[in-house]
Amino acid sequence: MAQTLYDKLWQSHVVHEEADGTALLYIDRHLVHEVTSPQAFEGLKLAGRKPWRISSIVATADHNTPTDHWDEGIKDPISRQQVETLDANIREVGALAYFPFKDKGQGIVHVVGPEQGATLPGMTVVCGDSHTSTHGAFACLAHGIGTSEVEHVLATQTLVAKKSKSMLVKVEGQLGRGITAKDVALAIIGKIGTAGGTGYAIEFAGSAIRGLSMEGRMTLCNMAIEAGARAGMVAVDQNTIDYLQGRPFAPKGADWDKAVAYWRSLVSDAGAQFDAVVELDAAGIAPQVTWGTSPEMVVTINDRVPDPAQESDPTRKTGMERALSYMGLVANTPINEIPVDKVFIGSCTNSRIEDLRAAAAVARGHKKAANVKAVLVVPGSGLVKVQAEAEGLDKIFIEAGFEWREPGCSMCLAMNADRLEPGERCASTSNRNFEGRQGQGGRTHLVSPEMAAAAAIAGHFVDVRTFA
Amino acid sequence: MQAFTTLNGLVCPLDRANVDTDAIIPKQFLKSIKRSGFGPNLFDEWRYLDHGEPGMDNSARPVNPDFVLNFPRYAGAQVLLARENFGCGSSREHAPWALEDYGFRVVIAPSFADIFFNNCYKNGVLPIVLPAEAVEQLFQETAASEGYRLQIDLAAQTVRTPGGSQFGFEITGHRKHCLLNGLDEIGLTLNHADKIRAFEAARRAQQPWLFA
Repeated sequence: MAQTLYDKLWQSHVVHEEADGTALLYIDRHLVHEVTSPQAFEGLKLAGRKPWRISSIVATADHNTPTDHWDEGIKDPISRQQVETLDANIREVGALAYFPFKDKGQGIVHVVGPEQGATLPGMTVVCGDSHTSTHGAFACLAHGIGTSEVEHVLATQTLVAKKSKSMLVKVEGQLGRGITAKDVALAIIGKIGTAGGTGYAIEFAGSAIRGLSMEGRMTLCNMAIEAGARAGMVAVDQNTIDYLQGRPFAPKGADWDKAVAYWRSLVSDAGAQFDAVVELDAAGIAPQVTWGTSPEMVVTINDRVPDPAQESDPTRKTGMERALSYMGLVANTPINEIPVDKVFIGSCTNSRIEDLRAAAAVARGHKKAANVKAVLVVPGSGLVKVQAEAEGLDKIFIEAGFEWREPGCSMCLAMNADRLEPGERCASTSNRNFEGRQGQGGRTHLVSPEMAAAAAIAGHFVDVRTFA
Repeated sequence: MQAFTTLNGLVCPLDRANVDTDAIIPKQFLKSIKRSGFGPNLFDEWRYLDHGEPGMDNSARPVNPDFVLNFPRYAGAQVLLARENFGCGSSREHAPWALEDYGFRVVIAPSFADIFFNNCYKNGVLPIVLPAEAVEQLFQETAASEGYRLQIDLAAQTVRTPGGSQFGFEITGHRKHCLLNGLDEIGLTLNHADKIRAFEAARRAQQPWLFA
């Protein structure tokens, strides 16, 4: 029978299955960061257990690390304790690779894994972080888990799971100039809602997806969780293979050839059946800007802030009113008249080299607007930072009045010192516009790197397609 | 893990859709390396009028009298009644830790985000999906009568209202067994250690590059 990519990934990892469909799935790659692992390591120790397979672990510190003044270390004592706890745990148990704070390979775990070639097609990849869906760009079954599950994977190399339903999101056609994977992701979420993918594993397909770089596919799969789907994935093609060749943990020599031959089978078979199919026309996607406190509260740059008076569902209507109040917005305001106080270019969604190149191309030769207090550009990893500097992108940002920072999660979730003050409005390339996400009282609008850079220069949201 | 069998619990209604785990427990509290003590910071930004940070004396902070958890009639609630897509966003298990530490043992909603839903079971918190109409009925009845309680029976998979309405709910056999008996899931899985080892050996032979 014709199988979906998800069917193949699932089936090739089932160790044991119970009568009710609950399965034990073998886990190939376990990514670990400092926030969701300490209690798991402690639990393991208290039970007198050892990690099952140390060579599955790739670890880094990212959420708490500062993005400036690295010479001063981590000033917040409890952030420092969490990072030091990861250090101690990894030094005790070991790992395939560990990129500690200040290491040249350190960075956001979802940027580090792929760039090291530690994320490979056909793998199951888990991490105590919802944006683990990112790795599905490599035709992996990749999803976020809780800390109890982190402990379970450490102890048993398996996860207790039940197979999800499958959804095909097909985007056909050519994306317009200035339209990015981020706009595609937000357009999909706008269409199906933040719970639209709940209970599903999504495969993204269609000519527009095949046309995306691996960086773009990572952005798209990263946002699958914002559509409610734990896992998003894209089939293997030549882009996948070209990206991986020569990376430190990618197979070499005869293994490489054998691996590539296998990887090419990681596609949905012709005629494979999905439980749900969603189709989008690539040509119809315009630059997206969120206006509210959920990623599904999204419109295009040429729209106006929606009016709750037009909403008939009472729960939705109350939600919209609440969002407008929190965001300090008035219904029917044109999106391109909304001024911004800060801009954040970074996060596991949009901090890879391609994102930085795109933002720099918009910023080149311009200065940030006077009303914009700060523009943070935070590369996803130390390697991205080095690459960007080799290309002179740092100079373009600095000349535009942007701040060029050290790698980390930074103001995506504001666990370190980078945050919005109450009432501040931010054009952000991150993934969540929840209340308080970027700092208590902060107001987040999700956009692409190009749109964020353009807003920094114009001082308000602006259509990057007509921005010069 | 603490077992869950039956509960007769006071209900607290949280009438908002898409409640995310950032709202359930804000990021600054995730810096803790412990599993316990998150209850006082459950819904921190909604519950208090000031900005909360770890290490504060929460009993001395100004509370938001308009937030439902602070209504005297809901003090001691063990059942949280919620709307669609409860627990969306971050995978932080600190969210069910905070709910459990506060005293909630059951969350009832028309739908849950997948990771949160899964995390609840690992901590003796029972997430119950009921049809939207049933949830709406419970919201109305909770508002109408102070001291409104629900009777939850996991073995029978039922929720009973004081007025005698009864709703059934779904749960997988595996989760039910673990929850009813308060079982350590790792211990159960390790019963299959030989199978895991055999699977791993076969995989290593086929795809050696995964084990480099």
